[in-house]
Amino acid sequence: METELTLRIDGQDHHLTIDTRTTLLDALRERIGNTSAKKGCDHGQCGACTVLTDGRRTLSCLTLAVTQGGAEITTAEGLGQDGGLHPVQQAFIDHDAFQCGYCTPGQVCSAVGMLAEYADGWPSAVTEPGTTAELDHDEIAERMSGNLCRCGAYANIVPAVQAAAPRREGTNAGGAR
Amino acid sequence: MTEMLEHQAIGRGPARRDGVRKVTGTAPYAYEHPVENPAFCHPVQSTVGRGRITAIDTSAALALDGVLAVLTPDDAERLANTDDAELAVLQTHEVAFRGQIIGAAVAETSEVARQAADLVAVTYDQAPHDVVLSDSRDDLYRPDAVNGGFPTDSNEGDIEAALAAAEVTVTQTYTTAMYHQNPLEPHTTTARSEDGVLTLWDSTQGVHPVRKAVAKVLGLEPDAVHVVCPYVGGAFGSKGQLKANTVLAAMAARAVPGRSVRLALTRQQMFDVAGYRTPTIQHVTLAANRDGTLTGIAHDVVEQTARIKEFAEQTAVSTRSLYAAPNRRTSHRLAALDVGVPSWMRAPGECPGMFGTEVAMDELAQELGMDPVELRVVNDTEIDPDSGKPFSSRNLVACLREGAQRFGWADRDPAPRSRREGNQLVGTGVASSVYPVYRMPKSTATVRFSGGRYVAEIGAADLGTGTWTSLAQIAADALGADLASVEVRIGDTRYPEASVAGGSSGMTTWGSAVVEAARAFRAKFGADPSDGDEVEAAVQANPATDDYAMFAFGAHFVEARVDADTGEVRVPRMLGVFAAGKIINARLARSQFLGGMTMGLSMALHETSVMDPRFGHVVNHDLAEYHITANADVGEIDVGWLDEHDPHVNAMGSKGIGEIGIVGAAAAVSNAVHHATGVRVRELPITLDKLLG
Ligand code: FES
Ligand code: FES
Repeated sequence: METELTLRIDGQDHHLTIDTRTTLLDALRERIGNTSAKKGCDHGQCGACTVLTDGRRTLSCLTLAVTQGGAEITTAEGLGQDGGLHPVQQAFIDHDAFQCGYCTPGQVCSAVGMLAEYADGWPSAVTEPGTTAELDHDEIAERMSGNLCRCGAYANIVPAVQAAAPRREGTNAGGAR
Repeated sequence: MTEMLEHQAIGRGPARRDGVRKVTGTAPYAYEHPVENPAFCHPVQSTVGRGRITAIDTSAALALDGVLAVLTPDDAERLANTDDAELAVLQTHEVAFRGQIIGAAVAETSEVARQAADLVAVTYDQAPHDVVLSDSRDDLYRPDAVNGGFPTDSNEGDIEAALAAAEVTVTQTYTTAMYHQNPLEPHTTTARSEDGVLTLWDSTQGVHPVRKAVAKVLGLEPDAVHVVCPYVGGAFGSKGQLKANTVLAAMAARAVPGRSVRLALTRQQMFDVAGYRTPTIQHVTLAANRDGTLTGIAHDVVEQTARIKEFAEQTAVSTRSLYAAPNRRTSHRLAALDVGVPSWMRAPGECPGMFGTEVAMDELAQELGMDPVELRVVNDTEIDPDSGKPFSSRNLVACLREGAQRFGWADRDPAPRSRREGNQLVGTGVASSVYPVYRMPKSTATVRFSGGRYVAEIGAADLGTGTWTSLAQIAADALGADLASVEVRIGDTRYPEASVAGGSSGMTTWGSAVVEAARAFRAKFGADPSDGDEVEAAVQANPATDDYAMFAFGAHFVEARVDADTGEVRVPRMLGVFAAGKIINARLARSQFLGGMTMGLSMALHETSVMDPRFGHVVNHDLAEYHITANADVGEIDVGWLDEHDPHVNAMGSKGIGEIGIVGAAAAVSNAVHHATGVRVRELPITLDKLLG
């Protein structure tokens, strides 16, 4: 079955007629020609397909495209402003936080989404209940564990994310993003 | 001796030249190369472990809207060369293993291709399959040689007599699991057959080797095959040799001429047809004097291969060169099973083999009451015990010493289970690492002056290793030019022929070709070339290999913390110190070592492909069930290297670093877990059940 749909990707509208079975990932890669998000498993197990939908990190392989009409979808290709790189992307280059690069667009989107979650005061599984977490190694590693890297760049990914994290003002973890 | 390069760009740490493309996701991998109106191919796989296909009904698949072709053994094109049974795709109705490719659907969209593949109805005459490796099988056989062309067995002195006479002995069996490489980018191809040319955008460790192998299978002239691969999303050996998926993609493209066809194996399919590391059963025997001097080493290995094609991992070969001992024996025996074909995986041979040898050394140290670092130092050797040649450089002891100091090894109470912090049992472990220096016989590079810049072209590969960047550093130094004025072009058969990215040989082989071309360029055109001046030159054999044995060495140090109640193992600290010649790019090299160590940690604690004997396939065939280290599994990893000067290996003085980081890492983890708990785990992975028993 096919349906018509408008997807807003990296600030641009794309009008599509697509199979309703099509995932957001395949819509991006096979219909729209945006191959920034990668397919590593197609099962929500690796994180390579991570994009931001309305600012939240989303596994595009587990998301049907037809559910995303009206959403603001951002891939790693569209993260930067004015043709420049997003600070997370620059930090990944500076820290050599990748090798083959196949997990990287997903890692980058995930890091951006994670920093927003953190700024919103979301705890993680390693946050002591009732405390405000510092973004230390364990917090970042835990929050980034949905993104596998077979090249084993984790030891560089954590400091890269740490370097790109906005300095927090005061001790209030909540507040605006 | 080759004239050494003066190091200017080499040794520094410029960032990856492809960095921006990778962090934005715009570096095109094989599936992503923009083509007009692509079709999509989805394989059909056998659902029995062995047997014969008696009927294939494609009518439902063909009736589906959007299906362009269905390929089966009934009517697929006949291949020109079927000598390699793994590549003889759709040429027979015999099923050799479960998951074998027995058909394919080609359609307008990936969804329809997948549905059509699912609708192909296959009936079989099923035969019993045999997929269980054991060292007590009566059909184990001795291969003619093992991977790398090494002799299957070695025998020197009298190991049995050494054992009988020895003051201390260790005789144990160690096993490593079946591992899947699982590069994050699946095995993918975009293929088009048009105007007598087959173009393959293929995810591969070598465009020229793929071209050669595909041309042979299809009966084409190599010139009629164009292979492109500027970026690879990881490979770890699994994309080193042509596999069935690429042949299938080519056949699909030839079934719909003029149309580009995309084929990506699913993660599950990769567990069936994309290669794996054989499980190993290793019998290790060490005989020693009270002072720790080894008098005998034996390493006898049993492993598996596929019935349709032999691959013999050289698991015991590194044991031949690591430590001195007058009495030595190694052997490899294979069981041929109804399974997919095993293949290269990061440090084939050394990686599983050093688990056995290096845990046995730890056991010997314990028997002797000797420090495990000192035991390795005592058995160091200036002469390669296998070839009888001196090492071109061997700094294993320096790695051990430097590592011990950096890690704080001396603080350790040697007694197992001697340190407890709260609920955690804490231990530390060490292991040696070794990897040979390989140089492939063939690779050619072009250097050209064009538009005020130097361009070096070679069909080399960047698997994430950093070739785009490090080869430019080599070219710059060989030309005596500024790094910024040098451009490198790789990953395309339009460029001169390059060898496969395997055996950590890339920099030695391609780098030497680039140096030859750069020197020839300067000799011919001087320091002030004209636009368009160009020279091509090839890597030469290294005469120094007649006189020297060439290896990189390293030492791993690991801290393990084991929960006293649950047996959960955490590794908060790993240190690797390596002696691998000149490090070409400090930033990228560190990543390579980190990556190898991280994969070694994964091997130690997590990875195992579980073969179901009833059905003959790997049941945990996805990334949820086949766990690889995630971010939170990794603690602090420290990497160091010695400033090693080796004038014999090549003009750069480099030894190759892609594989040594994984070698010995799992042994160091196991040794640390033993120190923490007193439990010796000889079967990988080290799971909780093995610690609680
Ligand atoms: S491709 Fe979506 S999680 Fe792996
Ligand atoms: S950089 Fe290769 S998988 Fe992460």
